[in-house]
Amino acid sequence: MAEMKFSKDHEWLRLEGGVATVGITDHAQNALGDVVFVDLPEVGRVVEAGESVAVVESVKAASDVYAPIAGEIVEVNAALPDNPGAINSEPTGSGWFFRIKPAGELPGDLMDADSYARFVETL
Amino acid sequence: MAETESLLQTPLNDLHKELGGRMVPFAGYSMPVQYPAGIMAEHLHCRSQAALFDVSHMGQAELVGDGAAAALEKLTPADVQGLKPGRQRYGLLLNAQGGIVDDFMVANLGDRLFLVVNASRKHVDLPLIESVLPAGVSLRPLPDRALLALQGPGVAALVPTSLTFMGIAAMQIAGFDVIASRSGYTGEDGLEISVPAEHAVGLAKALLAMPGVMPAGLGARDSLRLEAGLCLYGNDLDEGTSPVEANLVWSMGKRRRMAWDFVGAERVRDELDNGPKRLRVGIKPEGRQPVRAHSEIRANGATVGEVTSGGFGPSVNGPVAMGYVAREHAADGTALDLIVRDKPLPARVAPTPFQPHRYAR
Repeated sequence: MAEMKFSKDHEWLRLEGGVATVGITDHAQNALGDVVFVDLPEVGRVVEAGESVAVVESVKAASDVYAPIAGEIVEVNAALPDNPGAINSEPTGSGWFFRIKPAGELPGDLMDADSYARFVETL
Repeated sequence: MAETESLLQTPLNDLHKELGGRMVPFAGYSMPVQYPAGIMAEHLHCRSQAALFDVSHMGQAELVGDGAAAALEKLTPADVQGLKPGRQRYGLLLNAQGGIVDDFMVANLGDRLFLVVNASRKHVDLPLIESVLPAGVSLRPLPDRALLALQGPGVAALVPTSLTFMGIAAMQIAGFDVIASRSGYTGEDGLEISVPAEHAVGLAKALLAMPGVMPAGLGARDSLRLEAGLCLYGNDLDEGTSPVEANLVWSMGKRRRMAWDFVGAERVRDELDNGPKRLRVGIKPEGRQPVRAHSEIRANGATVGEVTSGGFGPSVNGPVAMGYVAREHAADGTALDLIVRDKPLPARVAPTPFQPHRYAR
């Protein structure tokens, strides 16, 4: 399986076959608490890195989800709105949000798992 | 982290941390918003069994002396003088403009009145009450007492008492001397237990050791009270809002509505005669998306109000909210649009509570 990369906004990304799958990290789901609603982007939308593309709501708060890279949304997790609890139970598995076709190279500020773990410890 | 250092702590602070509580600032105190089980599990557990909340941040005080009830009635339209010994009542403190300074509980303990006010308002309430007291009546804040809320359908079997809903008495629970009232902020049966601070940890541990009792934090407390249709001061009530607008006329005594002898009576009387401009209503958003406080409410494209509390109701299994709308849009079933991230979300005015109360009347 391809290596997972992480953003400072607590998204994870896995590039496979020229398409990146994106979700929120275990740290992010834990901070949010029980997720009850998710709003996903439209397929075909072209986004910039750092653009707000999805919304996730827990019992206590709403939070934006940002595109960790620029590109085109090519698929969303259609099962997620009916089962938003997957974001808590399997944040890097069945809790994925969308797939994005990168526009060019991945940005250099994405972290590997060790760097992200160190980053989370500083928060 | 100067901000956290300046926060006050309740006597249960170390216990919250031992239990894995996630501490957040609330009304100047460091309080657990949730424990490891999470808000959803804590909420549902309170509705099915029993949950223990630390509400020691709330203000407790005694009012003693001849004429204490009459003195308090200057500031509230609640019937305090008619409150029988061993009974508690919900009331509102008003300002001269008829706005709500705070909502509070007042109990008749026989030789004194016992008050519980909001944590965020005690610095306002206590000096206000002090300012209207005649000679011979005195207000004694009780900062050395903790307050625990044990809530849920399992409580009556775990801590049997002779109290009925809104009854209050000095008693022993788990060997500790307490003042307990059969009341709460969840819509469930349960007890609110005032205990000397030095016994708070011992009592909390004894209650948590009872079968089926789970600790619950402010997050579950908020979703439980919202489903129960109960107001949160600072969200649903403030100094600009009247009891009539807030749909809390039931908290005013009949005698008080004949005599009009409380501060702010002029506005209250006018709004009862002529109708208030706006009213607090329950709101049920369609679909699954929670709508939060401060969301704009529209009807036919025009702004008609604002959401004051909103979130996801775990027992309702859907979003629930309350807010203020212009009176002509306040009837149950009225279609509204709630503006969430610039998009209208359809909703309807709905009766409260969203979850039926299960008090032991």
